[in-house]
Amino acid sequence: MRFSGLRVLKEGLTGNKGWQAHWRDATPKDAYDVVIIGGGGHGLSTAYYLAKEHGITNVAVLEKGYLGGGNVGRNTTIVRANYFLPGNSEFYSHSLKLWEGLEEDLNYNVMHSQRGQIGLFHSDAQRDAAIRRGNAIRNQGDDAELLSVADLKRMLPYLDYDQARFPIYGGLLQRRAGTARHDAVAWGYARGASERGVDLIQNCEVTGIDIEGGVVKGVETTRGAIKAKKVAIIVAGRSSQVAQMAGMRLPIESHVLQAFVTEGLKPCIDHVVSFGMGHFYISQSDKGGLVFGGDLDFYASYAARGNLPMVEHVMEAGMTLMPAIGKAKVLRSWGGIMDMTPDGSPIIDKTGVEGLYLDAGWCYGGFKAVPGSGFSMAHLVATDRHHDPAARFRLDRFRTGRGLMDEEGTGMQHNLH
Amino acid sequence: MRITCPYCGERDRREFYYQGDAVALDRPDPEAGEAAWDDYIHNRDNPAGVTRDLWYHETGCGAWVVVTRNTVTHEILSCELARGAKEAGA
Amino acid sequence: MRLAGDGQIDRSRPIKFRFDGVEYEGLKGDTLASALLANDRRMVARSFKYHRPRGIMTAGSEEPNALVTLGLGPAQDPNVRATTVELFEGLMARPQNCWPSLGFDLLSLNDLAAPFLGAGFYYKTFMWPKAAWEKLYEPIIRRAAGLGALSMEANTDRYEKAFAHCDLLVIGAGPAGLMAALAAGRAGADVILCDEDMRTGGRLNAERLEVGGQSGADWAEAVTDELQAMPNVRVMTRTTVTGAYDQGTYGALERLAPDVAMRPGAPRDCFWRIVAERAVLAAGALERPVAFANNDRPGVMMAGAVRSYVNRWRVSPGRSVAVFGNNDSAHRTAADLIAAGVHVSALIDSRQDAQCDLDVPFYAGREVSAVHGGRGVEAISISSISGVEKIQTDTLAVSGGWNPSVHLTCHMNGRPAWNKQIAAFVPQDGAIPGMVTAGACRGDFSTRACLEGGMAAAREVLQDLGHAVPDIDLPRAEDSTYDITPLWAVPGKGRAWLDFQNDVTVKDVKQAATENFQSVEHMKRYTTQGMAPDQGKNSNIGALAVLADATGRGIPETGTTTYRPPFVPVPIAALGAGGQGKGFAPERFTTSHKASVARGAPMIEAGLWFRPSYFPKKGETHWRQSCDREVCMVREAVGVADVSTLGKIDIQGPDAGAFLDFVYTNMFSTLKVGRVRYGLMLREDGHVMDDGTTARLGENHYLMTTTTAAAGQVMRHLEFVHQALRPDLDVRFTSVTEQWAQFAVAGPKAREVLNGLLDAPLSDEAWPFMSCGPVTLAGVEGRLFRISFSGEHGYEIAVPSRYGDALFRALVSRAEGLGGGPYGMEALNVLRLEKGFITHAEIHGRVTAFDIGMERMVSAKKDCIGKTAAAREGLNGPEREQLVGLRPAGEVKMLVAGAHLFNADDAAVRVNDQGYVTSVGYSPVLETNIGLGFLRNGRARHGEVIRMVDHLNGVETLCEVCGPVQFDPEGGRMRG
Repeated sequence: MRFSGLRVLKEGLTGNKGWQAHWRDATPKDAYDVVIIGGGGHGLSTAYYLAKEHGITNVAVLEKGYLGGGNVGRNTTIVRANYFLPGNSEFYSHSLKLWEGLEEDLNYNVMHSQRGQIGLFHSDAQRDAAIRRGNAIRNQGDDAELLSVADLKRMLPYLDYDQARFPIYGGLLQRRAGTARHDAVAWGYARGASERGVDLIQNCEVTGIDIEGGVVKGVETTRGAIKAKKVAIIVAGRSSQVAQMAGMRLPIESHVLQAFVTEGLKPCIDHVVSFGMGHFYISQSDKGGLVFGGDLDFYASYAARGNLPMVEHVMEAGMTLMPAIGKAKVLRSWGGIMDMTPDGSPIIDKTGVEGLYLDAGWCYGGFKAVPGSGFSMAHLVATDRHHDPAARFRLDRFRTGRGLMDEEGTGMQHNLH
Repeated sequence: MRITCPYCGERDRREFYYQGDAVALDRPDPEAGEAAWDDYIHNRDNPAGVTRDLWYHETGCGAWVVVTRNTVTHEILSCELARGAKEAGA
Repeated sequence: MRLAGDGQIDRSRPIKFRFDGVEYEGLKGDTLASALLANDRRMVARSFKYHRPRGIMTAGSEEPNALVTLGLGPAQDPNVRATTVELFEGLMARPQNCWPSLGFDLLSLNDLAAPFLGAGFYYKTFMWPKAAWEKLYEPIIRRAAGLGALSMEANTDRYEKAFAHCDLLVIGAGPAGLMAALAAGRAGADVILCDEDMRTGGRLNAERLEVGGQSGADWAEAVTDELQAMPNVRVMTRTTVTGAYDQGTYGALERLAPDVAMRPGAPRDCFWRIVAERAVLAAGALERPVAFANNDRPGVMMAGAVRSYVNRWRVSPGRSVAVFGNNDSAHRTAADLIAAGVHVSALIDSRQDAQCDLDVPFYAGREVSAVHGGRGVEAISISSISGVEKIQTDTLAVSGGWNPSVHLTCHMNGRPAWNKQIAAFVPQDGAIPGMVTAGACRGDFSTRACLEGGMAAAREVLQDLGHAVPDIDLPRAEDSTYDITPLWAVPGKGRAWLDFQNDVTVKDVKQAATENFQSVEHMKRYTTQGMAPDQGKNSNIGALAVLADATGRGIPETGTTTYRPPFVPVPIAALGAGGQGKGFAPERFTTSHKASVARGAPMIEAGLWFRPSYFPKKGETHWRQSCDREVCMVREAVGVADVSTLGKIDIQGPDAGAFLDFVYTNMFSTLKVGRVRYGLMLREDGHVMDDGTTARLGENHYLMTTTTAAAGQVMRHLEFVHQALRPDLDVRFTSVTEQWAQFAVAGPKAREVLNGLLDAPLSDEAWPFMSCGPVTLAGVEGRLFRISFSGEHGYEIAVPSRYGDALFRALVSRAEGLGGGPYGMEALNVLRLEKGFITHAEIHGRVTAFDIGMERMVSAKKDCIGKTAAAREGLNGPEREQLVGLRPAGEVKMLVAGAHLFNADDAAVRVNDQGYVTSVGYSPVLETNIGLGFLRNGRARHGEVIRMVDHLNGVETLCEVCGPVQFDPEGGRMRG
């Protein structure tokens, strides 16, 4: 079924009786060409692009819970392409281009809103770093603009320009950055993959990976064994556990990142705004809630919930930067499990096992990567060759030191990125 | 979250700095080879369950503490000085 | 309509307030909701999506409908529940999410368009044309959405945060909580008792029930009086426990009483972090609605809330009230209404075998199928097999049963269990370590069971904590059974509401199931069920029952969504109290701060520190004039700069030298006493962590300096290396950054400045370059280091901080007498740039010793932190970007830090990127802009002309690559 305004109108006039399932719930077959472990954003988009770009449709996506129940369902919905190190630059640039055509491609309104993201800076040194970043973005062919304080006062009149602990020196704007309706991205990809013949299997947990003579043969699941020519591990948040089934020890530590949403408010924040003197970023959802987040809680965790110190720190940052949001009330807080890598950048690579592929380590930047990751991972799985924009996301870069992408410059401590 | 510093007693988590897996105590020999160093600096067991990690009582006494903890429930099972753990392991 | 009789209101204290532009009068003790109902205001709000008229539905913080905006300007407070606002004189409230007015709201047209606006409609449309989303659809949707509005003026109210510690935290001061607190209090335990209401008692305030022979409310008051008299008990009303966190930490929001909060300087709210050994959750239960057509009309209320209004506030929400339920709660409401003299038009009980002993029209085994009336209830339809009966009534009280308030027990991923007997979820034991549950929140609904439960919980906690359990006779109280036959949605035509605030109907949930959003999480996310300000408190269970039915599963298999903190919405200003303005981070000031400010120096942030940017002189109108003068002053005469912000770590012990050998790349054990050496420190991953000089003050005594930025990190690192890696080394260190004030005195006349101040004059022979030692100034013991960050003959002199201000003034005054003076960060930066000295602009965390040309400083004779990893192939070689000096070589004479570098003929695109500029400045000595940067294979490219491009500022120039040291490369000035 094709979605359109006309269809909504027609269904409305006929009692909304004609709507159909957005995706098929499949029962597992005995064997597939490709089994994707993980029905999150990246797993679903990989399945979609395998089918669409490579014609590989004998594919199963195995999800232990419900589709889109991981980090694609719990994030701050920001989409941007403002990285500055080679490897990240081209990848996120490609991903953003996919975002820009996503609704047409999927026939699903994921509410991709290019409302602009502004990263503030608060010292001369931060300004220099922002200029370096902005130029890297421009070199890549994406958009970036330097904003003066006067520009900012016009665009973000509600910031505290006089009293804030760290004065505002300016900002780096990416107009093409913005937000999207996170759940819809997962559902749109699920629908697109399902329509192309991919089997989406919920409540099916992988319990083992079958490997013979260094070659992957399939997976064991709570719903029986499934044979597969190729297996892709795309389970950010559980990467270490699933990789362990294949005898791998990953450069990943799992951390909790909290995020927050307030009660609905009339439009008041029109951009995505990021504080430069501490992790704090905020936007307003189309429903009206202020959606914001901060830094990791800073301890390894799989609890998908956090503690008060970071909650309070994030709110304090909000109050010093934009004291006009003080009366907004936090409605809900949640935590996601982040695959933190030593350099803060992801992994899309083959493994030591033939036919076994890994897409992991998205730290807390995985949402905006959903289209790009799926596209590049599908390319790798289908062709056994790295897709150019993701060619630097190698697993061995830590061992060799070649091509590290440490955007934060904090070094190989997993939680500092 | 509350952590018991072996010197200072139970304190709020915000007095502590977190570093990561206590594997950091087991620094390999300089000649141990690439794989050993890769494991030491980068690769992690990252268990969903009981783990040992390193915390620094930064705004307290300055002790590095090995905390045995459950990463799923956040239950804290024990806290010992890194110095003690190191000397016991040595 | 206000009724006669005694409630918890003070009829002698009328209070005037305004709502929707109209002045009303309420009474002391009223909430805004009870006062509005007393004034017969029924419609008070509009719903989120369809802008349906809405009235007050509950009497507590779970209220889904009656959200209003209070105040104006910076005090404007949106989305406030009328049911939790204590009335005060002059209170001004207004409706929100309606335009032009509450009575005539244009967007109520949405209600007519409802067939097109069902669950998830927006995922299926607004996609064409592509550009219209940001330009057309989204702005319209955003404006239509949202509830209340922020003023977007900076907060001017005060908020506070506080810590509290106790043996036992009791959450909820109803019969169970009061009993638990009483027992623990008498046992001598430190107790905190919190309740979100303005008074203790919980449901006892709302019911006509006796406890121990007195009214429940009186009993609660007596117990509270006793608790308040105990020094070991703290009773906190107006305090909602909002979240349960690890190791017995709870968050709680205390709202100060209006008369307190309005005192000058008083906070509005205080956010508490309560650390409790044990907790008793006695949070009670929330009544749930039943879904039937138009069940959202003003006048449809919860049956228990009607009792609250009638009994506590002596307010009847209507003149003729029908009561509908599936349990005995409905009967109690009817009885209380009759007792208060309010007409009960019907009592409808969906249970087939229901009995009624009240003198009211009684309908057993029947259901209300619809409400009639547009802006409020006018009549209801009662369905049965024989047909539909219409009854005129202006109010409908509904009880679909009670849901235990399990929320807090789910904050640490606990899942509640379905209890079939009460048709509700109850908490799992042990869901929160250290917490036990008591009373209605665990499904024990009778007053007697609550009292027993509170006592039992206290007994368990007291035994755990090692307290004797006091002997307390439980007071007499009703002990009725709770009988319920589940009823979630009455079949029939028309839309039946589940989530009132978000306008989610039974049809929406069914449609979601049809579209394969069958997981409860999918249904929630697709329909927005439970995502409104009430967080599904009123609707989640009903919605999942409808979903269970639609998908052919049972309720336990369908499962719940996760309850997450906070239990009630908490203002950002409360959670972030203290952060506004300067409070976000500490401010660190040097001892020369006052003197610098007095000289007109702009003070700029350097981490948490403030340092002078430059010292303007009369006639200087631009910072560059001052900076150029200060640079020349240092090069030609002498300058004084405060360098106290650099980290100083005192290191002592027999193994201090060996320890430093391990943390630095180069050797320090071989350093002679009285000498200083530059050191490079790596992270274990082989990249540069920090640099600085370390002086050997004695055989077993070193003083390390770090950069300002990395002082904390280095201290932590040293402690780590010592305690975790080399506890065998006998060495100790302590930070002395704050203890010493330190000043750079640099320039050809530096020695002359010092010689007037030191008790013994300096000589070149005794104080060669890189020497150090003790000195005295007017009898004060100080330390002198002959080091230079400017490339000039220079010293750094340190004195105990209390002498810092005096020494700075004296140094500056001496220097000025010699044609010198103070210099600031700008000049300091130019001086170091001319000399190619690096700062964290260069060692930004991604560079290696090889990159900055210091690979020879990594001693081959020993192991050190980072040495092995630094040897990795990827961190060495011509592919690496290496530190170089840069000078403009084209027509444009400008350099920009952050600009990227390209081969002269290449296009400025990523694939051609050769590096970037890290630092720039104008050298008045060299009379050109100069810079440092990183360039691929840069050391081999000195003399090459490359292209610098800054797209952002539109600057492009050719520049010449040179060595990083552009001034006095031999270093004669520094050593001489």
